[in-house]
This record gives sequence, structure tokens and C-alpha cells, in this order.
Amino acid sequence: MNYRRAFLRLLAGYALLFLILTSGSAFAQNGGELRFCLRSEPKTFDPLLVDDDSSLSIRYLTGGVLVRVNRHTQDLEPELAESWKVSQDGKQITFKLRRGISFSDGTQFFADDVAFTMQRLMDPALHSSTGDAFRSGSGAVSTKIIAPDQISVTFPAPLAGLDRLFDQVAIMSARSPKKEAAVLGPFMVAEYKAGSSVLLRRNPNYWKKDSHGRRLPYLDSIRLDIQPNRDVEMLRFKRGELDLINVIDSDYFDRLAATSPQLAHDAGPSLDSDFMWFNQVASAPIPEYKRAWFRSTNFRRAISQAINRDDLSRVVFNGHAQPAVGPVSPANKFWFNSRLKAEPYRPDAARQRLQADGFHLQNGALFDKEGNPVEFSIVTNAGNKPRERMAVMVQEDLGKLGIKVNVVTLDFPSLIERISQKFNYEAAMLGFRNVDLDPNGQMNIWLSSAEDHAWNPQQKSPETAWEAEIDRLMRAQASTADPKKRKESFDRVQEIVAEQAPFIYLVNQNALSAVSSAVEGANPGILSPQTFWNAERLTLNASARASR
Amino acid sequence: MNAARKLACVVVLAVCAVSLAANWLAPAGYAKQFREAPSAPPSRQHLLGTDEVGRDRFARVLYGTRISLLLAPAAALVSTALAALIGGLAGYLGGIWLRLARGFTDLFLSLPWLFLLIAVRALLPLNTSPLVSVLITFLILGLLGWAASARVLSTSADALRNSDFVLQARASGLHGPRLFFVHVLPNLKPVLYAQFWISIPVFILAEANLGILGLGVAEPLPSWGSLLRELEGMISFREEWWRLAPLLLLIVVMTSFQTLLSNEEVTA
Repeated sequence: MNYRRAFLRLLAGYALLFLILTSGSAFAQNGGELRFCLRSEPKTFDPLLVDDDSSLSIRYLTGGVLVRVNRHTQDLEPELAESWKVSQDGKQITFKLRRGISFSDGTQFFADDVAFTMQRLMDPALHSSTGDAFRSGSGAVSTKIIAPDQISVTFPAPLAGLDRLFDQVAIMSARSPKKEAAVLGPFMVAEYKAGSSVLLRRNPNYWKKDSHGRRLPYLDSIRLDIQPNRDVEMLRFKRGELDLINVIDSDYFDRLAATSPQLAHDAGPSLDSDFMWFNQVASAPIPEYKRAWFRSTNFRRAISQAINRDDLSRVVFNGHAQPAVGPVSPANKFWFNSRLKAEPYRPDAARQRLQADGFHLQNGALFDKEGNPVEFSIVTNAGNKPRERMAVMVQEDLGKLGIKVNVVTLDFPSLIERISQKFNYEAAMLGFRNVDLDPNGQMNIWLSSAEDHAWNPQQKSPETAWEAEIDRLMRAQASTADPKKRKESFDRVQEIVAEQAPFIYLVNQNALSAVSSAVEGANPGILSPQTFWNAERLTLNASARASR
Repeated sequence: MNAARKLACVVVLAVCAVSLAANWLAPAGYAKQFREAPSAPPSRQHLLGTDEVGRDRFARVLYGTRISLLLAPAAALVSTALAALIGGLAGYLGGIWLRLARGFTDLFLSLPWLFLLIAVRALLPLNTSPLVSVLITFLILGLLGWAASARVLSTSADALRNSDFVLQARASGLHGPRLFFVHVLPNLKPVLYAQFWISIPVFILAEANLGILGLGVAEPLPSWGSLLRELEGMISFREEWWRLAPLLLLIVVMTSFQTLLSNEEVTA
């Protein structure tokens, strides 16, 4: 009998041990310090003044928001707000807040904190770029506290995609003496050494719990080393001193994938795009005959058709890029116009288009109908190797049509001065780093009166019919809260851009990242922050880290 | 001439000769893109492999060497001529001219030359062919690189002006340009030669620096600067040793120049 009891006890003990050992996923390991790099000094820790990548990363990890765009599904999910409702006119949003939540310093979270944050955000004296996205018209933004857990925010004019804008608004405490140091996010800033590192510790009051009732985040801390040199960053990652690299170049990616394929992650096309455009500014100091080329749709479309985008993707990015379709990457699930396809490489079609405009070949060189040789320069920023390589490949592609292209690399300030102030350039090649899924984030590019309407900015009235149509469609999509109507308008904008080619889109680079095998739970995506968007649920495997 | 200098001379001449024969030695043009084989390792078709867009690296090294080796002496000639004009004349004239020239030279030397080069480069017209851009780049180097040589020359010319034989020539009625060209300039020649030879590697490295910043010779024309720039981000030398060819060539040529130079300096 005693033997039997002892045997049963032993069996129960083994069963318990087995359960503990095999339940790693159910009871994720707590603790540890995640380490990765910021590529520049954070300019601010004030969540409402964030305007740079490093500060953005810190805000993402420390700030609590009412709603959050899921970086994987791209859906909007409740966070500090249990639910929300946007009024039919698109001017008002009402949030129902979660109760019993505290800031990191223990101060309670109520609706007046949201009101305080919104009032501060919209204060013109603050000059908040996050706040700029909420400025819909003349007049003040008003907040109304309906109950301690309910608040409505009213804007002077309709704001399309209003609820998604709150993904960027980290709520601040109205009462805490610690001001921006009191946070609602999973981590809080514990230490900052200028030029060296930022240490984030877990917020002991963070409101989220996992499915087993355990308080998140799992990690004890995150150390962010300030390291602008990408070579050093990669070496440190390879040595096991860093756990992840949020964005890496295709060259580094392939080298890493060759030796440690399990650490290199390619999440597919990102929202970023590289493109070129021609200067169409009426007052630009360029010859009149060249302006006439650049203003010709046939000329622009011919250039677009003569560029081999497949080669650009394959050669420059080692296959980690896709030929770009237009202003919206296919990665943007809702807003991408799936009826459009990337311009295929068709040099014969390009020649036909040029012939239609009176261009002709003579001894291998292309001349316009007035006998001017077709030659132009493409300016791009010095130091960006992929872009310089793309320019060289475009140079060769267009050379096959008899067009002489001069590639000019300039330091960035000189380049910006030329393309945005003096307009002393012919064609330019740059990239667009898109962090916003909503087309409202591109209003400053597409409106003909906008400063960033790169090919011909600040027009008093639209100079072409198609620009007038884009203006109308962009305003139409911005003035309605109906997602279907907005999508129809913006789909048409994408079609006009494809037909007119004011921007000649080249490639969408893939979202490439590196994640150590010691990091568990990582699911790199295409939206920023690619690797640590679910930082609160990341865990560290100490044995895997030790073995690196 | 000792053995080391003879060897250095042979190396420089051999490199110059090979680069001049690039049209016959290179298997393809420096701009031809073999897009099906980017970043390829060495093969019979591509002796030093291909670069990131598939251009034959051997051809680019040959043509790049030609450009850097031919144009750096040209830039050195421009800067030495300017230095002789400003420094030599000021030293010969002495007095207020010498003080003015030294002040101007000091001012020029205190300018951050790399930023000056970048600023001047940015002001150039955009639509220049790669060949014109390379000429302009080296001309700028020549026009901006005279100050250090001018300082040396002004001091030498000042010393010559007060030397016994010049005083004697003056006493015998020789003045003005004749005194300068007959007695001063011939005695400045060793210093001029030394300054000329010193300037060549300086300009090669200056162009390489501009190239590393992406502001040197325009694509698709190669130069040592643009070739060295390809080494950026190279982590493993063992796996891609052939990519070091332009760097090795630069080291060999610079060492040879320095070996030759030591002789000139002694003479000076």
C-alpha cells in the first residue's frame, strides 16, 4: 500500500514537472532585457512633440493610446478606450474608456486626462506635428466629459479616418506631477544617457493582462543603444549583443540570411516607395523645350515604360523589393487599388509614345521635333547607395532609347534647396517613407496648392485638368466619413496618377528585419515598428541568448 | 637613384601604361551592365567579378586608374602654377605684398576644404557629361589646393630675395621680371617640383574622399574614389578579397609616389 502511494506521488510529481516544462507557451517566461538600437538621438520624450524615428519608437513603447492600429492585421483595435463612435458628419468622436487603469506613477486614468491631452495637442503654441493631423478647419477643437469614463471630442470640420488618427496620440496625465514621465504604455523611461542609451523599464501599473491573467509586459526592461552606424549595429547583432534590428538593408539582409536564415525576416513589400519625377514648374530655370517634354504625358509615360522595374528589384535590392504600382503600396490592404498593375518594361511602346510627340532617333541619339538632343539630369541624394544604383540603371535603360541621362548626386541640403526652393533641377529621384495607411496623410502631396506637390508645387489654381480632378477627389475623400466613398475617390486618384505619371514609381522595398532566436513571440510586419510592435508580449529565451 | 626608387618608378609607369591600355585590356566597357550577374565573384569573363549593378570590376579599375592618375597630375599642375604665381611673386616682391599674400593664404588654409569642395560642387551646373564633371572636379581640386604650396613658395622666394646672389644681381642693375625669371625662378624649381609631386597623391585622396561622399566623378565614369566607395559596409574580407583590388592599387601607387617623392624633397 505504501509502495503504491509512493508510486502515485512520484507519478504526480513527474506529471507536475512535465506540465511545468512543457507549458512554455502558456506561462511565458518573465524578465530579461531586450536590446536594440536607435539610429539617432531621441529629440524629445514629450509624446505630443514627437517628430523623429527614435522618439517615435520610445513613444510607441511607453505611450498608452485610446485605439491602436494592429500592425499585423491593419485593423483598429480598442486599447484604453473600450469602444468608440464617430458621428455621421465625421466631426465628433465619442470614447467609452476602460475603468480602473493607472498611470505608471499610480495616478488614476479618467476622461479628463484625454481632455487635457487633446487640449494640449491642439494648442497652436505647441507646434505638434501629431496635432497637425487633427486640424480640419478654422475653429477650436472642443472636448466634453460626459462621465468619468466617457468623453467626446468635436472638431470644427469633418475629419476622414478620424478614429485611426488616435493611434498616434499617447494620453498624458492631467494631474500627475511627473508630467510626460507618467505613462500608460507597457514601459517607462528609467534612464537616459545622452549619446549613449535609453533604458525603459516595465510599467508596474500597465493595465493589460495575458489570457492567463498575468500582467504584461513580460520583459523587465528594454535597452535602446544610440548607434547611427549600421555596420556596427549589424556586427553587434551578429555577436549577440543586440536582439533585433528593426529595418535592415537588402545587402545586410542577404549576408545575414546566408549564415543565419532563421534570424532574417522578409515581411514582403512595405509602404515605402522610391520614385522619380520631372520638374514641371513654370518659373523653373530650365530651357523651355525641356519643360515642354516634362509636361508631356506621352514623354513621362514613355520614360516610365522604358524603365525595367523587375531589374531594379532584382539587382539593386537582391529581389527584396517589388515593382511599384503607384502612390499606395500593395501592402496597404484597404487603400491599394487592386485594379492597377506596375508599368511593365516595354521599350517598344515607349518609342511609339515618343514618336507620337515628334521625337526621332538620329545616329543612336534621340532628338525632339525641334532638333534638340534629349538629355536631362537626375538629381538624387549622395550616400543612398540603392538609390544611386537605381539611377545608374535608369541611365542605362533610357540610354537604349537614345536618351542621355546625367546622374548627379548632391548632399541632402543642396538637393532639398534645388527641388523645393530654387526649382533648379530637371528630374529627381527620391523615396517616400510612408507611415500612415490613410490617404489623408498624402494630402500635402496631391493637392496642387500644396508645398510638397513635388513636380509643380503651390499652384494658385490647378494648371492641368487632371490635377484639378485629383484636387476634387482628394477633397471629396477627406470630407466624408464613409469608407466606401473615400475608397472610390482615392482609387480614382491612383488611376489618374498611373495615367499621367507625374511621379514615376519604381519599387516598393520589402520590410526587412533581423530578430534574434532568443526573442520569442516576435512577428515582424510591414508597419512601423516592424519588429517590436507587440513588445508587451515578447519574451526572452535565456538559453538561446547564451548559445548565440 | 636607389633600388627602391627605381622600383617605385617602374610601378608608377607600369600602372600608368596598363591604365592607358584599358581600351584593349578591358573585356567590356566600364558602363556595360551585366544585369544577370550582379555582384559576381571573379571568373574568366570577369577577372575581378562584377559590381552591384553587374559592371565588370576589372574594366572599372583600369578606367578609374586612368582617370585618377591622369587628372591628379593635371590638378597638381594647376595648383602649383597658382602657388608659384601667388606665393612666388609675393615672396619676390616682399613687403606689403608678402604680408597680403600670407594673410590670404592663411585665410584659405583655415577654410574647411572638404565643405568648401562640397559647396562648390553643389553650385555646378547639373547637366554636365560625366567626362566634363570629372574635369571640373579635378579643376576645382586644383583651384582650391594651392594655398599650402603657396606658403612654402613664398617663404623660399622671400629667402631668395634676400640672398647674396640676388643682391649682387640687383647691384649690377638687374630688376623686375628679368631678375625674377633669370635668378629667382630657376632657384625655385626644386621647391616647385617637390610641391607638384606632393600635390598629386593629395588630389588623388581628395577625389577619393569626395567619391566616398558620393560627390566625386559622375556615374557611370569610374574613379578610385567611386571604386573605394564600394568597400563601404564590407564586413568579410576573406569572402570577397577581390573587391580590395582598388584599395591595394591605391596603396601601391601612393607608396610609390612617396618613395619617389623622398628623392625630390632631398633635392629641394
